[in-house]
Amino acid sequence: MTTKDGAKRGTTRRGALATLAGGAAAASLPLWARYTHAQSAEPIRIGFQVHRTGIGAAYGRWYDRTTQAVVEKINAEGGINGRPVEIIAEDDGTDPKRGAEVVEKFANQHGCDIAFGTLFSHVVIGSAPRAGELKLPYFVVSEGHHVASGMLNRYTLQPGITDVKSQVQAMAPYVAGNLGKKVTMIFPDFAFGHDHRDYFTDAIEAQGGQVLAHIAIPPTETSFTKYFPKIPRDTEVLYHVMVGPAVLTFVKELGEFFGPSAPALFGFIDSLEAVDIASPGLEFLEGSYFWEGNPRYAQSDQTIYDKAYREAVGVDGNGASVSDPKDVSTYAHMFGCWETLYVVKAGMEAAGYQAPADRGKLIEAVEAMTEMPEGYAHPQGAKLFNGKTHQVFGHQYISQVKDGRLVRVHTTSIDDGAYPDEVDYTKHPL
Amino acid sequence: MSRAHPVALHLGFLAVLFALGFVLPDYHHGNLARVMVLATYAIGYNLAFGYAGLLSLGHAMFFAAGMYGMGLAIRLFGADPALAMLAGLVAGLVLSLVVGALALRTAGVAFMIVTLMFAQAVYLTILLAGEWTRGDEGFVIQAAERVVLGVDLTGAMARYFAALGVFAVGLLAALRLVTHPFGKALVAIRENEERTRMLGYDTQRLKLGALAVSGTLSALAGAAYGLLFGYAGASFAGVQYSILPLLWVLLGGAGTAIGPFVGTLFMFYLIDLASGVTTAYMLIAGVVLVLLTLFAPQGIVGGARRLFPGWFP
Amino acid sequence: MEFGPHLMLAVLEGAVTAAVLSLTAVGLSLVFGVMRVVNVAHGEFFMLGAVLAWWIAGAFGGHAALGFLAALVVAPLAVGAMAVLADIVILKRIGYDPERTIVATIGLLYILQQVTLMSYGPEARPVAAPFNTRLALPWVEWGEAGPALYWPWGLSITSYKLAVIGAAVAVLVGVWAVMTRTRIGLVMRATQLDRDMALAFGIPVERVYALVFGFGAALAALAAVLIVPISQAHYLMGGDPLLLSFIVVIIGGLGSLPGTVVAALLIGLSDGVISVFFSPTLAKILATLLVALVLVFRPQGLFGARAA
Repeated sequence: MTTKDGAKRGTTRRGALATLAGGAAAASLPLWARYTHAQSAEPIRIGFQVHRTGIGAAYGRWYDRTTQAVVEKINAEGGINGRPVEIIAEDDGTDPKRGAEVVEKFANQHGCDIAFGTLFSHVVIGSAPRAGELKLPYFVVSEGHHVASGMLNRYTLQPGITDVKSQVQAMAPYVAGNLGKKVTMIFPDFAFGHDHRDYFTDAIEAQGGQVLAHIAIPPTETSFTKYFPKIPRDTEVLYHVMVGPAVLTFVKELGEFFGPSAPALFGFIDSLEAVDIASPGLEFLEGSYFWEGNPRYAQSDQTIYDKAYREAVGVDGNGASVSDPKDVSTYAHMFGCWETLYVVKAGMEAAGYQAPADRGKLIEAVEAMTEMPEGYAHPQGAKLFNGKTHQVFGHQYISQVKDGRLVRVHTTSIDDGAYPDEVDYTKHPL
Repeated sequence: MSRAHPVALHLGFLAVLFALGFVLPDYHHGNLARVMVLATYAIGYNLAFGYAGLLSLGHAMFFAAGMYGMGLAIRLFGADPALAMLAGLVAGLVLSLVVGALALRTAGVAFMIVTLMFAQAVYLTILLAGEWTRGDEGFVIQAAERVVLGVDLTGAMARYFAALGVFAVGLLAALRLVTHPFGKALVAIRENEERTRMLGYDTQRLKLGALAVSGTLSALAGAAYGLLFGYAGASFAGVQYSILPLLWVLLGGAGTAIGPFVGTLFMFYLIDLASGVTTAYMLIAGVVLVLLTLFAPQGIVGGARRLFPGWFP
Repeated sequence: MEFGPHLMLAVLEGAVTAAVLSLTAVGLSLVFGVMRVVNVAHGEFFMLGAVLAWWIAGAFGGHAALGFLAALVVAPLAVGAMAVLADIVILKRIGYDPERTIVATIGLLYILQQVTLMSYGPEARPVAAPFNTRLALPWVEWGEAGPALYWPWGLSITSYKLAVIGAAVAVLVGVWAVMTRTRIGLVMRATQLDRDMALAFGIPVERVYALVFGFGAALAALAAVLIVPISQAHYLMGGDPLLLSFIVVIIGGLGSLPGTVVAALLIGLSDGVISVFFSPTLAKILATLLVALVLVFRPQGLFGARAA
C-alpha cells in the first residue's frame, strides 16, 4: 500500500493547533499543555523535523513517506505501549536556525514526547543543543559523524543509520582489493566532504593504498570540467561524492572529460539519491561502483523484510514510487526513519514510557540496547548499537551499475566499520 | 491624544518586553528571545540602510564575523565567553572598516554588488577554513562554555533577558543616533549627499562611521545568537541572511528605530503560523508580502507613524 | 595534465561560463537598465524556463531535438506572459518604487518556488541535449622532429557546449539589433535615458515597462532552456543566476550591452584561469575578490558613464 504525499494529512493535529495559535499568538495560554498528563489513550506524539523545503526537499519527501508508512504499521500492530503514535510534522526548510526553532515548537507548543527524523548534518548540529537543553530526546537519521564524535549531547541519538565515518572506513578494503590502490578523491568542500577525505584517506592507507590527490570543489560550483585536469594521470580509482542538484552536471562532465579512457569509479550514492540512474548523461556510470546504505534495486536474493518494507512505503523493484516510476526514492537513507521508529518503540516499551517525565528513562533504555537482528523492524540488515556513543553500526553495501541497474557486489561486515569510541554520553547528566 | 516623548515611548516598549519575559508561554518566550536578537541585527542593518542610505547585500558577513569571532575564540582558544563576545565585536568592527574602506568608493547599485561579493568571499572563506570552522556543518558551543559572568545562558530566563539586553543596546543606540548630529548628518547624506558635502561634511568618513556602527551592531547580534542558542554555522553567512535584514527593515519601516523589530517579529510569526496551516506556507508568506507592498507602502511602522506623527522616530 | 592543455581547457570552460553568464544576464540588463528596479524574482523566471523545458521535452516523443525546439519557443513566451501579468498586477500598482519592489519580488520568489515545488517536485531533473558529441582536442608538442600534434588525456569539449557559445552570440546580437534597429528598441532606450521626457513625448511608459519586464523574463527563460542541457532543472536553481547576473550587469556598466558581454568574459575567464593555479575554493574566493575590486576601482562599471 502506498503512502502518497497528501494522502495522510489527517494524522496531524497541526490544523487545530494552528487555529489556537493563530487566534492569539502571544497571549493565549497553552491549552494543549493538558495533554501532558493525559491517560494512556492519548497518542504518543512524535515531532518529525522534515526537510519539506530547501535543498533537502527531495530527501524530505521520502523521509516523510517512510515515516508515515512505519507509523501506520506500528499503529496497526497496537502502537507503543498500547497507545497510538501520532506524527506532528514541521518543516525546517533544511536550515539550522529554523531547525532549532522547530525543536522548541515540538517541546513547548506541541507537547511532543520526542523529536525525530532530521537528515542534514547542519540542521542536526544547529538543533541538538536546544533539544539537550529542553531534555527532549532527539532521534536523528542523518548519517553524520556528529553524534559519535561527542559534539552533541545525552539527548541526541542515531540508532537507525550508520555514520559516515563507519561507512567510509568499511569501503576501503573492497576498493583497495578490487578496484585499485591509487585513489584520487573528489568531494564537496564542506564538512561532509571533509569527513570523507579524512576517514577514507586513513582507511585506504591502512589497506596499503594511497590517495594521490584531494580535489575539494566549492559547493556553489555549477560546472566542473575545469577541475578535472587536477586528477593525476596514474589514478586507478576515482572516489567521488558530490551532493546537491549540480551532481548531474558533475557526472556528465566527468564522462565527457574522460571519454573512453576512465579510471575505475567509486562513488557514494548520496550523489544520486532521488535521481534515476538511467537519466540522460549518466550512461558514463555504467560499470562503476557505489556505496549504498540499502540497495535501491530489489536484488535477486531480496529478503522478505525488504519486500515487506518496500511494499509498505510504496517503492517498486527499481527503487521508484509505485505510482510514478520517475519519482525515484532516497532508498539508501530512508530506511533509517523506519528502523529508528522501531527503536523508539522498543525503547519506550522497555522503559515503560508514560509521559515526558520518563524521557530520561527512554534515553537509558535505548543506551542499554546492543544487537538489533535483521527483521521487519530492521529490513536493511542487522545492527549493533553503541550506547556510549549513541551511534548504531550496520552492514554496508557496494553495488555496481550493470545495464542501468545497481547490482550488489559486496556486503561489508559490521566490524569493517568499527572504530574506537570517541565519547561516553552515559557519563553526561540526564 | 497627547504626544509621548520618543525616548519615553521606547523605554516603555523595553519595559513591556521586560514584563513579557515573566508571562509568556514557553514557546513564545523562546521565540521572542530569538526575535530580539535578530531585530538587533535588523537595527544594525537599518543604521546603514535606513539612515545613511547604504543598501548593502552583504551584511551577513558582519553577522557571521560576530558569530565566528565569538565561536572560534571559544572553540580554538577556550576563551571566556564574555571575552569571546568582545572578540566577535572586534571582528565585526575590523571587517566593517576594511569592507567600508573599499566598498564606499562605490555607491548605489555598485555598493550593493561589491558588498554582495565580499560577503560571498567571506562565506567561502568559512568553508575553506573547514578545519577550524567545520564549514557548512558548523559547530556546537557547549553548554559549559556558555556561562557568562556566572549566568548560565542555557536557561530560558537568562537567555530571554540576555537577548533583551542586546536588543536594548541596539535600540537605544539607534535612538541616540537619530538625535545626535552624526545621525542627522547621515540622514542628510541619504537625502542629498552632494549638498551635505558642500555644507562641509566629510561624507566619506561619516558613511564609514555609519557602516562601522552598523557592522559592529550586526556582529553583536551574530555573536549573541551563537552564544544564546549554542551553534555557529556557515548558513548564517549565506546570501539569504543578507537579504533577510533588508526584508525585515522594509517590512517594519526603514528609518524608524522600532520598525526593524516589528518587521522581524512579523516575518517570524508569518512563517510560523502559516506553516501551521499548510505545508505550502511559503505561498502564503509570498502572497502576504505582495499584499503588504500594495497596501502598506511605508512598512508597518511607517504606516503607524503616518497615523501618529511624532511617536516613532 | 600538463600545463598547456590544462590552461587551454580552463580557457575553453571559461568561455562556456562566459556564454552562460551573458545569456543569463542579458534579460536582467534590460530590466534593470530600463526600469531601475531590483527584481529579486528574476532568477525564478530563469528557473521556470528550465522547469518548463523539462516538461515540454518530456511531453514530446521522438528525437530529443523536437521537444527541445518546442521548449525553445514555448517556455520564453509562457514565462514572458507571466512576467507581464506580474508587472500589471503588482509592480505597476506600487509605482515601481525601488524599495517596495524588493519586498514584492521577494514575495513573488516565494510564490514561484513553492508552486514549482508542489507541482514539479524537489528533484533535480536532466533535459537531454538535442545533440552532444564529445570532441577531443589536439595539442602541439615540440618533439625532436619539430612540432607534432597529439591528443592529451581529457582535453575535450562537447558540441553542445560550443553551440551554447554560438547561441549566446546569436541572442546578444539579436537583442542588440532589437534595441538599436527597431522602433520598440528606440522607445525602450528613450525610456531608459529619461523617463519623464519619454512620457512628455507621448511614450506610454507604463506599457513599455510591462513590455520590458516581460521581454527580460522571456530572455531569462530562453537562456535557461539553452543552458539546462548542460546543467539540470531544479526548483532552487534560480538563486545563483540571479546573483551572477546582477554582478555581470553592474560590472559591465548599467544598461550597456557590450559591457555585459565584456563583464561576462572577464568573470568567466578569470574563474576558469584562476582555477588552474589554486585549489578550487581558494580560486573561487580570489576570482570573487578580483571582480569585486574591478568595481571598487571603477565604480561606474567597465562601460558605464561616470556619475550615474
